[in-house]
Amino acid sequence: MGDLPSNHHHHAPASEIEERVKKLESLLIEKKLVDPQSLDKLVDTYEHRVGPKNGAAVVARAWTDESFKQMLLEDATAAIATLGFGGRQGEHMVCVENTASVHNMVVCTLCSCYPWPVLGLPPAWYKASSYRARAVSEPREVLQEFGVALAHEVEVKVWDSTAEIRYLVLPMRPQGTEDYSESQLAELVTRDSMIGVDVLSASR
Amino acid sequence: MNGAHDLGGKHGFGEVDYSQQENFVHAWEEKVFAMTLACGMLGQWNLDQSRFARERADPAEYLAGSYYEHWLHGLEILLVEHGMVTEQELQSGKSDSPTPLTAATPRRVDEIIGSGGPTELDDAAPALFSVGDTVVVNTDNTTMHTRAPTYVKGKAGRIVSHYGSHIFADEHAATGKKQPQHLYCVKFSADSLWSDAARQGDSVHLDLFEPYLISLQQHIASLQNLDA
Repeated sequence: MGDLPSNHHHHAPASEIEERVKKLESLLIEKKLVDPQSLDKLVDTYEHRVGPKNGAAVVARAWTDESFKQMLLEDATAAIATLGFGGRQGEHMVCVENTASVHNMVVCTLCSCYPWPVLGLPPAWYKASSYRARAVSEPREVLQEFGVALAHEVEVKVWDSTAEIRYLVLPMRPQGTEDYSESQLAELVTRDSMIGVDVLSASR
Repeated sequence: MNGAHDLGGKHGFGEVDYSQQENFVHAWEEKVFAMTLACGMLGQWNLDQSRFARERADPAEYLAGSYYEHWLHGLEILLVEHGMVTEQELQSGKSDSPTPLTAATPRRVDEIIGSGGPTELDDAAPALFSVGDTVVVNTDNTTMHTRAPTYVKGKAGRIVSHYGSHIFADEHAATGKKQPQHLYCVKFSADSLWSDAARQGDSVHLDLFEPYLISLQQHIASLQNLDA
């Protein structure tokens, strides 16, 4: 660790990184650059308060309220704000709708851009090299690995979030859910369906 | 810069490991996440400078390292570059000198998360392009932070949305200045990016700032220069 933080250290084993992180944390606390309670608050917020339940509520509302759905597709930031969600990494939202003929799928090839206020923090696979490399060039193969077999006629639209716009996929409402309440519908909505790597069914 | 982070279309990474369902895999990653956000709230650098710090990692190290190792490395770089900690302090974990900065309180953290950092910015010059225009991504091989991935450089696409003007990430990372630039969503046919491998009709959409784009006419004119 003698050469930190230059660009030449090697992939460190877990214990070495843990040690490095511990030292950094105690240093930043001692220098009053971070407040330990703020660190706890940040982790708690994104581990427990903000997550895909928010997005599921947005989707269920769109499925049951046509005027909300129109607003969501025209001005997603404003529509999502009416449910009380917004802020960091969701400042400028766009919602794209899956239909019988179009399947949308979201990636960030350069880093890990993801709509935090509605989906929380991204799963590790979303940030991994394989997904970032392949979602744009072979989306159908990637979807197959996720267990989604799309008919050849279905058009795939990939959205590479390269700037500050964050994308939310509005999945198709599963068949056989005509009698479901909004909250029952929300239960059906998976995180992955809102990234565009899952297709929903009522028998989840 | 077209470093190891510029991954779109690259081969050799194998199948997506779908078992990686969690955001945080190890407990230390939570700490790195929280420290990165909390230090960002000190206002000494912006988000684009933070992204650029991660991208500047050695390419071999970037690919071998996990996501939050990139964050840890980026945070250490920024703290040292801004004179907030020294390399010696990083090694010892003990403070050698105080800083005049004040940590964000939990209440302030809530406010910042709630308001976020909107990037929309007025005052850009009139837009050069309109929805429906065919544009070509320029081949500027900048060594600085950019949001134009290699896999679309030199490719032609169609503008499908104009998102107004936003803080230009390249300038923001380089100088910290908030320069407005028009932001467009450009649709590329998968076929034009990947040829035979793609199904006809599939497409990839990217959000691209105006300085990345040239008109089709400009592109053709640049080809004619070959004869000169």
